[in-house]
Amino acid sequence: MRPLPVGEHGLLIELDTAGETEALHAELLRRAADGTLPPVREIVPAARTVLLDGLADPRGLTAELATWDIPARTAGDRPGVEIPVRYDGPDLADVAALWGVTPDEVVRLHSGTEFHVAFCGFAPGFGYLTGLPEPLHVPRRDTPRTKVPAGAVALAGPYTGVYPRASPGGWQLIGTTDTVLWDPHREPAALLAPGTRVRFVPQDLPGTTVRERPGTASGALSGDTRRAEEAPR
Amino acid sequence: MTGPALTVVRAGALTTVQDLGRPGHAHLGVPRAGALDEPAHRLANRLVGNPGSAATLETTLTGCGIRVRTATTVAVTGAPCPVTVDGRPAPWGAPVRVPAGAVLDAGPATHGLRSYLACAGGIGTEPVLGSRAADLLSGLGPDPLTDGAVLPLGPPHGPPADADAVPHPGPGTELVLPFVPGPRHTWFTDHGLRTLATGRFRVSAASNRIGLRTEGPSLERARIGELPSEGMPLGALQVPPDGRPVLFLHDHPTTGGYPVIGVVPERFLAPAAQAVPGTPVRFVPRRAAGPTRRRFG
Repeated sequence: MRPLPVGEHGLLIELDTAGETEALHAELLRRAADGTLPPVREIVPAARTVLLDGLADPRGLTAELATWDIPARTAGDRPGVEIPVRYDGPDLADVAALWGVTPDEVVRLHSGTEFHVAFCGFAPGFGYLTGLPEPLHVPRRDTPRTKVPAGAVALAGPYTGVYPRASPGGWQLIGTTDTVLWDPHREPAALLAPGTRVRFVPQDLPGTTVRERPGTASGALSGDTRRAEEAPR
Repeated sequence: MTGPALTVVRAGALTTVQDLGRPGHAHLGVPRAGALDEPAHRLANRLVGNPGSAATLETTLTGCGIRVRTATTVAVTGAPCPVTVDGRPAPWGAPVRVPAGAVLDAGPATHGLRSYLACAGGIGTEPVLGSRAADLLSGLGPDPLTDGAVLPLGPPHGPPADADAVPHPGPGTELVLPFVPGPRHTWFTDHGLRTLATGRFRVSAASNRIGLRTEGPSLERARIGELPSEGMPLGALQVPPDGRPVLFLHDHPTTGGYPVIGVVPERFLAPAAQAVPGTPVRFVPRRAAGPTRRRFG
């Protein structure tokens, strides 16, 4: 764990693995929730770092961090959501070719993976979801699309993401969801927050099994989706 | 809508509703947004009796004009500009009583870039995530003003502050940006670090609320490639592949993969809001909170 100075009131804590990053982020949220973390404006997890900004005394926290015993996270700690997906994306065949499997097998592998939101960015409500093993990582498209529709389920590098609104994008599109990822007039506005567990549930396509579970069309599966919202404001 | 309101009669080049923004949502990909020249925004509010959190209008270079539905106290701060009420001169940097139906015009900035118009009661558009600020990166908050748009005003908060004279240092002839090195200064060569501290940079015309771009020498990298995405703070000096630092302002993306060579503390950012394209920029390294591993200059 390497804390790097960020301006006068920030720290960027660099870690070696995604798992350590996730564990530190969870620990920071836990300490913020129980009031043992000094006041902080932003806690922004990313691929291998957690940014803390708005600290009164970043040096003090740097010293304190070294004494923390940070438990590894277990899947049961995290809130979960299911996102119904029609696996009808224009790049499904390309992804199947990259994986060396049939499109049906892409659906099976993707919907059989438990993802979690490593971090958010790019646009409000856009989560970078990890969970696919390395052999299933795919490059971005050579030529980005000028318009990717809202609800597009996409792959790039180690990540799966769902476009919260129409925007340009270079990820490989494998499906579509009607789930609303971001609604600023909803509480919480973001369906996906760092740490949220996500499963994609195949819908309405021949050759795949449609799993229906009451009350899970786009909402909480278990736990409480608000849990991940408890970062300090 | 029959309460206090204003009608935009001249939207200007880019006029947005701004307040103190929506901090605390960066982990969801939501930029801070809010007034770029926060002291000027707060002063305008104080002059009309509003709390600092009330929403004002932030103009860009050419100002804007508004017609008020009911008699309203208005103040213009930030970039100095000619202020008129129905064509008659009115003071800049002081409360101005605008009669019902009259037009207050904040003209083009005589120097600086962004003026702030506060109306007693504040702009009363619907808040999004606790803020009325327009975020031009992600589109949260109200759209930039257009001619004919009608914006509601809130009820006046109290009597206008009676400020005799408004202190205004005015934009300098150069933009001086103190910065704390890091977190990714080690991605640059000593030559690159010296270039930042000693090079002659200018404000690029491609600057906006997302970032102040610079023209000038390229900063030499010690490491090529990109970082895994990491959180980006307000005031970050991010260096894209062309080597010219970009100062992240309030609508900046919350994560990014280009190295941040240093961070300009928030209290030094207001002058960046007022620096017109072509203004010379000087970056001045400051000691970090902790020991730095590399020396500048």
